[in-house]
Amino acid sequence: MMKNGPHIDERAAGLELRGLGAGYARQSVLEGLDLPRIAPGALVALVGPNAVGKSTLLKAIAGLQPVRGQVLLDGIDLATLGQRERLLRVGYLPQALPQATSLVAYEAMLSALRASRPDWSRAHAEDAIARVFATLGLDALALRALNQLSGGQRQMIGLAQMLVREPRLLLLDEPTSALDLRWQLQVLQTVRARIDQGGTLAVIAVHDLNLALRFCDHIVVLGRSQGASRLLAAGRPAQVLTPALLAQAYGVRARVEHCSRGHPLVLADEALEPPSRQTGERGTP
Amino acid sequence: MTSLAARYRRFAALRRWLLAAMALALAATLVLDMATGPSGMAFADVLTGLLHPDALALEQRVILWQVRLPYAVMALLVGAALGLAGAEMQTALNNPLASPFTLGLSAAAAVGASVAVVSGFTLMAFGENLAVPLLAFAFAAAATLLIQLLAWRYGATVDSVVLFGIALLFSFEALLWLLQFIADSNALQQIVFWTMGSLARATWNKIALVACVLLACAVWSGRSAWALTALRAGEDQARSFGIAVERLRLVTLLRVSLLAATALAFVGTIGFVGLVGPHIARLLLGEEHRYYLPGSALAGALMLSGASILSKTLVPGVVLPIGIITALVGVPMFMALILGRRRGA
Repeated sequence: MMKNGPHIDERAAGLELRGLGAGYARQSVLEGLDLPRIAPGALVALVGPNAVGKSTLLKAIAGLQPVRGQVLLDGIDLATLGQRERLLRVGYLPQALPQATSLVAYEAMLSALRASRPDWSRAHAEDAIARVFATLGLDALALRALNQLSGGQRQMIGLAQMLVREPRLLLLDEPTSALDLRWQLQVLQTVRARIDQGGTLAVIAVHDLNLALRFCDHIVVLGRSQGASRLLAAGRPAQVLTPALLAQAYGVRARVEHCSRGHPLVLADEALEPPSRQTGERGTP
Repeated sequence: MTSLAARYRRFAALRRWLLAAMALALAATLVLDMATGPSGMAFADVLTGLLHPDALALEQRVILWQVRLPYAVMALLVGAALGLAGAEMQTALNNPLASPFTLGLSAAAAVGASVAVVSGFTLMAFGENLAVPLLAFAFAAAATLLIQLLAWRYGATVDSVVLFGIALLFSFEALLWLLQFIADSNALQQIVFWTMGSLARATWNKIALVACVLLACAVWSGRSAWALTALRAGEDQARSFGIAVERLRLVTLLRVSLLAATALAFVGTIGFVGLVGPHIARLLLGEEHRYYLPGSALAGALMLSGASILSKTLVPGVVLPIGIITALVGVPMFMALILGRRRGA
């Protein structure tokens, strides 16, 4: 079903970051990020406090932000690909919702495919749109104008615009920020199902650690130290998310307890005193 | 249960019918425009004269082919050019208030025309003095290039581009007043008349030029219709599809300046059409640019064609400057449209 990369070396398949750094002219936001290869079939949570550079990291992987270091997808340094080629493999869902315009949702989907998959036939495109809308339960919205939809509904259209392109790597920047409980689950379940079909890998920036615990195989925690954002920890969510790490990363006193079904849950009790917090200062050397 | 694609096709077919209806209405106003004028001409004579010019008396033939028809066609072309320019500008700058008028292009063209009038500069070509349209075009094009330069050099956001355009509008208006202040009474009269907008300067040469530019820009914009639609749905989204948003904006604004400057150079200041044409198209057709762009051009053409008819009929025996009509009649119509929609929504 996936169109990309028919001959991928099993040993290199997946996403790997080597010494990744990104920033703006005078300040670096991310520095020296090394992430061992994560194989396809994984849903990776990207967490960390506000302004730590989660969006910057996702944009850097998508190639929408200048970087130092390397982003390897299936062993290929993405910087060696052209922007178009790169975005055929990488689907990026921006944090901003689609605009409230008088475009109808179906047209937003058509334009996404026309721009990013010009080689698809009309029938193929229509088919793909119908499938994504059915999966996400959005059929009723297809002919409604975006300016008649709620923020959450537009966020779902944005997700559909990304999923319909069938990229190999999905990057989702807070895809549930405007959604109620039911739709939050719908989004995570859909992404999970897409990954479980095989061949796909997703990195999802979220604030809700319990969503990460419940749905993700992997977690990457960013935190600030020595004036830049760095990797604090990475691994299995249940092992990585400890009270000590939560205190270090977020400056909160928190517990990790198990619910009646045995799943771990993060319960944040109180904010710690400001001095121990490491966010806020954007560093100069 | 019909498929989603089939439902959308039916939805899109309705828009194509609406476009066809607008084109039909435009054809009707075009003929009506030709049938109105100070020297009455029967409706049947107009049709006969168009199909068999030789069947008319010489006097009527000259009026129809050298006055009525060029005026009417020019109104249509300029209206279409301004409507299309406004629509592209509103999308590129992501601002419903953007138009060649509100961003100072019309004012720049007026300053250029005034400079030609005041300096007495003449440039003879094709048997007419083209100094005024040439300088009007040059100034309007320079104004957009200035805006472009800012956008490109300083990586300005669309909002600052709009603000800069408004600043330009005021600067050029001040320059226009300055030129009017130093002009002698003859030149002053010419300047004032130019800034009111008039179709009386239409000749077949000018029409051919405007038509060529309009056609080229229409085809050119058609090629980026999908990218513009994607941009309308969200800038970050468009970028994530691989659209080079900055370049798309730059190229679109370049096309807009060519369209608007050409149109304005020959007819003078005509505001409002470039602002409202796109809004009417948006209400009727939505913002899928395959329908929205031609719809805006048709709406602009309809507006100016209608204004041309009114300019000849409101005061019997007098042809009012068309720029006055578009604003005086267009504004209340537009307000009614917007308010009516708000109540309905």
